[in-house]
Amino acid sequence: MMSHFTPSCTFHLSALGALLSLSALAGCKHAAPPVAGLKAMAAGTAIVESSGGHQVGVTGTALKDPLVVQVNDDQGTAVPGALVEFHGSAGVGFDPVEMITDSSGQATTSVTLGTVAGRYHLSAVTPGKSKPATLDIVETALGYQQRVGSILADKYCSRCHDAESSPERVSNYDNLAVKPHAFTDGSALNKISDADLTAIILHGGQALSRSALMPPYGNTLSTSDVRALIAYTRAVADPPYEPAGTVYARK
Amino acid sequence: MQFIRKILSSAWKALFGDPVRAFGVVSVILLLALAIAPAKEHFSQWHSYQRHYLALIHDRGEAVSLRRRFQPGIHQIWIPELGVTDRCTTCHLGLNESSLADVTQQPFRKHPVVPHSLDGFGCVICHGGQGAATTVAEAHHSERAGEEPILPARYIESGCGQCHQNALPGTPQLNLGRTMLTRYGCVHCHAVTRPDGSKMVATDHPPSLTHIADKTTREWIFSWLKDPQAYAASTTMPNYKLTDADASDISGYLVSSSTPRAGDSASPSTKPVAAADPSAGPSLYGESFCSSCHAVQNAAGNLVGGDVGPELTRIGNKVKPEWLAAWLDNPRVYDATTPMPHYRFTPQQVTTLVAYLQSKSDSDYGSGAHPDAATPKQIAHGRKLIVELGCAACHEINGVQKPENFAPELSMIGSKPLAQIVFLPGMEHSLSSYIGAKIRQPRAFGASVKMPQFTLTPPQTDALTTALLAQTNRARSMPDSLRVAATPDTNYQPAGHAGKLITELACFSCHRFNGRGGDMAPDLTWEGSAVQRQWLTDFLHNPNTLRPSLIRRMPRFNLSDSDNKELTDYLLTVYQSPSIDQELVASNAPENVEHGRQLFYSKYACQSCHIVDPKTDKGYIGPTLTQVGSRLTGGWIYAWLKNPQALRLGTTEPNQNMSDDDARAMTAFLMSLKGSGGHGAKL
Repeated sequence: MMSHFTPSCTFHLSALGALLSLSALAGCKHAAPPVAGLKAMAAGTAIVESSGGHQVGVTGTALKDPLVVQVNDDQGTAVPGALVEFHGSAGVGFDPVEMITDSSGQATTSVTLGTVAGRYHLSAVTPGKSKPATLDIVETALGYQQRVGSILADKYCSRCHDAESSPERVSNYDNLAVKPHAFTDGSALNKISDADLTAIILHGGQALSRSALMPPYGNTLSTSDVRALIAYTRAVADPPYEPAGTVYARK
Repeated sequence: MQFIRKILSSAWKALFGDPVRAFGVVSVILLLALAIAPAKEHFSQWHSYQRHYLALIHDRGEAVSLRRRFQPGIHQIWIPELGVTDRCTTCHLGLNESSLADVTQQPFRKHPVVPHSLDGFGCVICHGGQGAATTVAEAHHSERAGEEPILPARYIESGCGQCHQNALPGTPQLNLGRTMLTRYGCVHCHAVTRPDGSKMVATDHPPSLTHIADKTTREWIFSWLKDPQAYAASTTMPNYKLTDADASDISGYLVSSSTPRAGDSASPSTKPVAAADPSAGPSLYGESFCSSCHAVQNAAGNLVGGDVGPELTRIGNKVKPEWLAAWLDNPRVYDATTPMPHYRFTPQQVTTLVAYLQSKSDSDYGSGAHPDAATPKQIAHGRKLIVELGCAACHEINGVQKPENFAPELSMIGSKPLAQIVFLPGMEHSLSSYIGAKIRQPRAFGASVKMPQFTLTPPQTDALTTALLAQTNRARSMPDSLRVAATPDTNYQPAGHAGKLITELACFSCHRFNGRGGDMAPDLTWEGSAVQRQWLTDFLHNPNTLRPSLIRRMPRFNLSDSDNKELTDYLLTVYQSPSIDQELVASNAPENVEHGRQLFYSKYACQSCHIVDPKTDKGYIGPTLTQVGSRLTGGWIYAWLKNPQALRLGTTEPNQNMSDDDARAMTAFLMSLKGSGGHGAKL
């Protein structure tokens, strides 16, 4: 009878090991342990974003600016000493994960996005007096190709396509008779197919009966550069870009 | 005991009682033993992932083609010349499947788009970890001797840096880290050799301290040593966390060993100059474009200005006025290799600037610093500290030799075995976390650690870590065909009197010539083919605005007429491009000019970026072209229109693939733009 047991024990162990590691991969990867011992000294009824939302970062790295949220009471006055917890999908890191609002009612955390490119929906929660108040925050992580696109856009495109001006970098947007679309302008760009966007970048606006002020970049940028630019506009489009995808016949 | 023996003997009897039964039992045991190996494989981790993968693709529309490409069993990428034996694709089954882009469940996600193929380079080259392992724990998290857990995603650019020694456009973090290694003076103490054998050379300019007493006071040196960032937030000088006594002794040694230099404190001119006009200071500071290189903290606490020279927020606290006057008169007297140009200021201008800069001071700064006169014993102790701390690795100091290999070499730090590292308690056991922690807080690793405290932001620390992680053994053993070499600055030095002028005016600080120089201003390697003599002469006398949107512009130097002619002649004769055909004369017939105008405004729509007629055009990106016909040569304009990138690599003007006829007509039009206000007139 003894000999029966030895191999079956091995089966159980390895199967158990596989299960354990699978569950580890599925859920708790990178989830920072909650800090114990934080006690709220006050409670608010609402939580609002002060700054740090809608940033565009790079996969796996910390966002440039910290995320700052503020806890308010019924009158909209800031509440110091309230507890705020930050939540995100697997792979998102917060430093710290939970904290007590400071004297101006604000909580500041540094956000590290996960390794998957795309939009991250984060939330900040305060327990509140009777029911918890939640704030949803959206951040975007760029993958390698999209970031190459953002670097190229910064060099070749954003002087016209970005209306923001700074003393270091004056925007040309206001000087153009036909206004270019911002790269984040999803409502306009999402309707244009990848092929059409490629054609506009390669051959210029005039060749496609659009603004002649858009010059052709076909002899300046490589095919992979253009692909990167399009990947970048798709990643930062607001409202988000949803590719049509391949349609298969049902069996 | 009796009981157990009874059970055992009855069991023996039941199993091996008669030969047939014994044979049967032995056969069953044998069969079970034979089944162990296949069963082990069946229940192995990778096998279960492959089953999950098949389940995942089962319901997808493209299941048939996905299943056709799926191969059961262990997969392996073997590239002997890179030392890659990667079995990662055994579990990461969807890496090459573009149709799985929407799958977020690991390990089946598609690999993001990168310039290299998986089969050509494998996985561990970029990601680290143990490629040959077939369990998650061993592949991703092994910390055994000679092994390394997988690299956190935020340092992934270090993988690129193993082959690419040049600055890639897609790896800003690695590029920043490498720049910092040379810019923050790391390589003064730590030798770093690139995998291709070239040495990293420091690009900062730590001042020589041999005449420090001419320049500043012992009180200032003391406060500076105690906390350099309190004087200038942007300085790259690290904090050595010195005690008051040690800082006092070091300042004592520096002042007592400093030798006076003739001219440092003498008034530059014997002629009496009028008292400085306080309102003239800021405008002269602005006109001279000092802020292109020097930053000043504004009221909001933000630094405004360049980082080529030192921050000037509290310069009045630091330098002696007589030294400053001598420095502004000719900086090369004090420091022959300074990147600061010799402006040739008039004595009146020097007085104005000295008064203005001296007013940039903070009355609270260094108020507590009153070191007592140093005794010989303290001075000797100061020298001992200077030797111990390696001050002379960066600064030239009288009586102290520059130490060789002062700190550990970092050429192979990216392959440092974990077994050789002493981790702090609670620290993650990986090389990246060790390097990051060492940069962030070197003294946390022991009181005897000499490395000082640098003031770096988290992205800067990550960038430095990335650059250091790229210094691996594998990078050294890489085949040469895979190596992309760095393009280091040449040691080009123009000759003759004009060469001396170019050095004195520090043209190299901003402009590039023949592969050497800065990138703040245009590359002038082919300037002689590009511009006209009269314009260049006027421009050197009084630079006008070419690009209205730039805030960093060419400063005005008080060049004498003969120096101006010398420099103009040299630039026009030496910096000629062989590809520019100046014989090509575009017909300036009115119809040709008109045709060019039509092309400019309609076909090529150049007015989106350039201004030709200030009344109607608003383009702000390229240079203003109102008088381009008196500035550029026809040959240059033609060649530029045909292919801008061939003349200036990386220029943003797109190559419009212009036909010869169009380019000729456009050249005729542009050459007809002579401007209304004559040479050198501002818009």
